[in-house]
Amino acid sequence: MADFSELVIISGKGGTGKTSLVACLASLFKSRVVADCDVDAANLNLILNGNVVEKKDFVGGKKAVIKSDLCTVCGKCLEVCRFGAISQDFVVDRVACEGCGACHVFCPTSAIDFSPRRCGECYTCTTADGQPLVFAELLPGEENSGKLVTMVRTEARKQAETKNIPLIVIDGPPGIGCPVIASVTGTSHAVIVTEPTGSGIHDLKRILQLTAHFGINAGVVVNKSDINTTHTSSVKALCEKEGRAMFFGGIPFEPKVSEAQRKGITILDYAPTSEASTAIRNIYKRIKKNMEES
Amino acid sequence: MRIAFASGKGGTGKTTIAVNLAWFLAYEGQRVQYLDCDVEEPNGHIFLKPAIERQERASVMVPIIDQKRCTSCAKCGEVCQFSAIVNLPSNTLLIPPMCHGCGLCTLVCPTKAITEGTREIGLIETGKTADAIPFVHGVLNIGEPMAIPLIEQVKARGAASHTQIIDAPPGTSCPVVKTIRDSDLVVMVTEPTPFGLHDLKMAVSVASNLGVPVGIVVNRENGAFEPLERYLETRSLPVLARFPEDREIARSYSEGLLICEALPTYREKFKALADGIGEILKEHGESKGWQISANL
Repeated sequence: MADFSELVIISGKGGTGKTSLVACLASLFKSRVVADCDVDAANLNLILNGNVVEKKDFVGGKKAVIKSDLCTVCGKCLEVCRFGAISQDFVVDRVACEGCGACHVFCPTSAIDFSPRRCGECYTCTTADGQPLVFAELLPGEENSGKLVTMVRTEARKQAETKNIPLIVIDGPPGIGCPVIASVTGTSHAVIVTEPTGSGIHDLKRILQLTAHFGINAGVVVNKSDINTTHTSSVKALCEKEGRAMFFGGIPFEPKVSEAQRKGITILDYAPTSEASTAIRNIYKRIKKNMEES
Repeated sequence: MRIAFASGKGGTGKTTIAVNLAWFLAYEGQRVQYLDCDVEEPNGHIFLKPAIERQERASVMVPIIDQKRCTSCAKCGEVCQFSAIVNLPSNTLLIPPMCHGCGLCTLVCPTKAITEGTREIGLIETGKTADAIPFVHGVLNIGEPMAIPLIEQVKARGAASHTQIIDAPPGTSCPVVKTIRDSDLVVMVTEPTPFGLHDLKMAVSVASNLGVPVGIVVNRENGAFEPLERYLETRSLPVLARFPEDREIARSYSEGLLICEALPTYREKFKALADGIGEILKEHGESKGWQISANL
């Protein structure tokens, strides 16, 4: 049994402030590994500015390539491909190819190459406070982001084990699909960052179902909570009604937050006495208490 | 005609711009259809409020293993690229959410122990808005990782007779690729922050690898953000519209209102956006059916 816990920050809806909150939590939880699992759009290191200490290639799925010199245009590949990825003149459309290998298995002249490809990179860094950060970059347009998320989490766990660090904080991707599932499975606690808008609440309901589905202890943070106090109250009511989610608090809208973002630093560093910073420190205390108690 | 809306980073305003442009084009008399391909978290309906006329279950193919015929030869697990089959000494297990429905296991099984059935992954809803805009969205089931087949099924309902406004999911990986790959133009909605710019660059490279022309909308602007301006200039990316950081927009958004209806002065911005799209399409010889009248 591992002696570290994993806390994942997710949102359902994109752009609610996940990464900004993770950067703050990373500095408040002093001893932690941070794992940026938003591999489509890895932004955490733009704030944390870690020094890369190790870089690994991510080898993702395979794609078929027809070697025209060996191809006898028999048409067997066209027959077995379900994804319409092979043209009538026997060229594989890389975007349509699902990487299943059916054409490769059935080609009678072994004319189809089917080799693993490098689809991204995984970086282990040390941030200014000497703590590890792991993040990855999927090459634009590539597949298997779920697999790359798993690689980031594996590297983060190695860091936690070898350096005896009790906590991994995971910055998750938006949505509820494959990379999100890969980010949340096996974690004990989730923080869901939402905003007081119709879309925010719609997406919050779906992500709460997801955390319930995986049996994860979830709590909610409302960012820009004072933009629409009616919606913020309904988020609170929703948490209580579901009975499965804690309400960790709201962060007020403050222009200083976007100023800090543009400067590429956290609000805690940019304006430590601002209302937003105070709210974030209180939220941190509640998250910590919740993790210690359950 | 297909116009997709993407961004890389989430929450930059893709849906806001897409739903308002759809409304504006319909108001100007174009035949418009709205396709929400952000199937993990579809939000377009919150603003367009369509009356849903039809619900269909979306499903994918999945193998069914007949344990009586299975000889545990493990050939199926060997060829499966998606780790969806676990071969145990005395039986063969399927992990349905991992399966991509390629059918290869069925084809290689020497005892024909594997047949195929279907597995539900979500819902497709079609309807019409109060302004008679045909609307389609996909809603992925909770706990379901397979978004792409649902995206493809939503897109398959696109009407060639209409201008299709397609809302893409955030990110830069396969769901975005499958959404925008056959679009005539992709509008990238970005915000002037380091995060917005970092993700915009990746999203633009996805579009250029696919050979899809790009137009830019800068959203929530509050003074110029130099790094973004420099990037747009170096890459000669056309800015089709700029929207200010405006509390009134945020408020109408939070209430699920269309900017074009709640704040009609912004209609001019959407006209500029529509005209800018028309120009790019013309450059690429695709402008058929794209006409915007001058009267607001």
